[in-house]
Amino acid sequence: MDKYIEMIRIRFLMMLAYRTNYYTGILIYSINIGAYYFLWSAIYGEKDAIEGMSVIQMSTYVAVAWMARAFYFNNIDREMAAEIKEGKVAVELIRPYNYLGMKTMQGLGEGIFRLFFFSVPGMFIVSFIFPLQFSADWTTWIFFAISIVLSFFINTQINLLTGITTFFLFNNTGLIRAKRVVIDLFSGLLIPISFFPVWAQDVLKFLPFQGISYVPSMIFTKSFSDNEAIQAIIMQGIWVLLLIIPIQVLWVIAKKQLIIQGG
Amino acid sequence: MFYIAIFFQYVAQYMKTRMQYRADLLVEVFSDLLFQAVNLIFILVVFGHTNLLGGWTRDEIIFIYGFFLVPYALFSSFFNIWDFNERYIVKGELDRILTRPIHSLFQIVLERMELESLFGAVTGIAVMIYAGNNLGLGISWTDPFLFFLFVTGGMLVYGGIFVMIACISFWADARTSIMPMMYNIGNYGRYPVDIYDSVIRFVLTWILPFAFVGIYPASYFLGKEEWFLYSFLTPVIGIVFFGISILTWNSGVKRYRGAGN
Repeated sequence: MDKYIEMIRIRFLMMLAYRTNYYTGILIYSINIGAYYFLWSAIYGEKDAIEGMSVIQMSTYVAVAWMARAFYFNNIDREMAAEIKEGKVAVELIRPYNYLGMKTMQGLGEGIFRLFFFSVPGMFIVSFIFPLQFSADWTTWIFFAISIVLSFFINTQINLLTGITTFFLFNNTGLIRAKRVVIDLFSGLLIPISFFPVWAQDVLKFLPFQGISYVPSMIFTKSFSDNEAIQAIIMQGIWVLLLIIPIQVLWVIAKKQLIIQGG
Repeated sequence: MFYIAIFFQYVAQYMKTRMQYRADLLVEVFSDLLFQAVNLIFILVVFGHTNLLGGWTRDEIIFIYGFFLVPYALFSSFFNIWDFNERYIVKGELDRILTRPIHSLFQIVLERMELESLFGAVTGIAVMIYAGNNLGLGISWTDPFLFFLFVTGGMLVYGGIFVMIACISFWADARTSIMPMMYNIGNYGRYPVDIYDSVIRFVLTWILPFAFVGIYPASYFLGKEEWFLYSFLTPVIGIVFFGISILTWNSGVKRYRGAGN
């Protein structure tokens, strides 16, 4: 266990060394939040509420969804693809740790860094520019904290799955890009899932994506009742457990058919 | 004439290299399509809850998005200079470019072109035809010419802005993250400017004129007379911005001293 915690620490320090890159990141996310803020304000127009959400709840949703993305988002899939293509994965495999576990911990180190140096200050800045609403209820914050950790795991697991496909496809840059676009839409980052037509909501219910962005953002904006929040968090937990299965299966198959050329 | 011949030589060479990896090409076109589909889905879902967006109907917004895709596709096919600093300045590749008897910017455009992005223009036109049909828009004989003019103008606006940003590398060595920021600001031009507040509207019209890539020129075809003046300014703004960027580029190249090799 120690070595995994050490990995989180190293990644964190590595990110800290290049922290200036993140100031512009905050600006970029704020620009995106701004674009959607104006769009949603125009969409609401004179309406008080759409699908039970007020304009302020919507702006808060947009802001928290983007800033939370800074926490759960990582490029593990691309890193894995690069390591597999370059053959570095061979060295990784003989090291005395679980490769996938280590990748997850690296992602977590990155996530914790961005939480403190990107999400929190970003949210602070954004709250001055746009009218946002923060809950004073401590249960909301606890639910949100649990939910955001689970969304990190779901997103990372999907990244691991995408990364493993490199073993079979060799070049999956297109797949990685497609995955990112699909997740932005189906996770509820761009539009809350409750805004989709009912048939689409029924389909999305059976997919893990809404556990990434929709659930924590709905909890944060208090658009979920406590009961709904608990149910949604349990669903997230179930997905985290379920996703272990395809990852393990693919990983075993991948290791069997792995051929390292040179290295 | 020489430049045109060189252009087609590069295109032929490019086709050969890309056709070598057809699967990659397909996947890339597919993921572009997916990206455009996501933006359309966004518009469709949003209009499930409202009839008007700042006074514009669903089909008008879709039409604007379709129009935007065409100059944007041209831009992303020919102006891949977002990594100009790392690729040409830091690695000293610009030395190689400068030894050749063709304008340096033109060479970089040729070297970095990604013709598969042109597929986005096909999608854009299809989207416009779909939305135009729903709106019952007619096509007059001047429309194709104006369309060509406006699309070129929009591409030059985008190209001009990005070339100017690339020029920063001539004066400042440090890596900047302005490029990705610009891509995100560019997205503002896809929607009617009247939904933004007056400061942003001013910026999008005169300082970073991304509104001339989507909403302004598209308004002409939608028959929105209050925007006609801006529609016809599109080629002017395009030429002005691109012209300034070329001048900046030329004076930047004069300053360039190489990264050592």
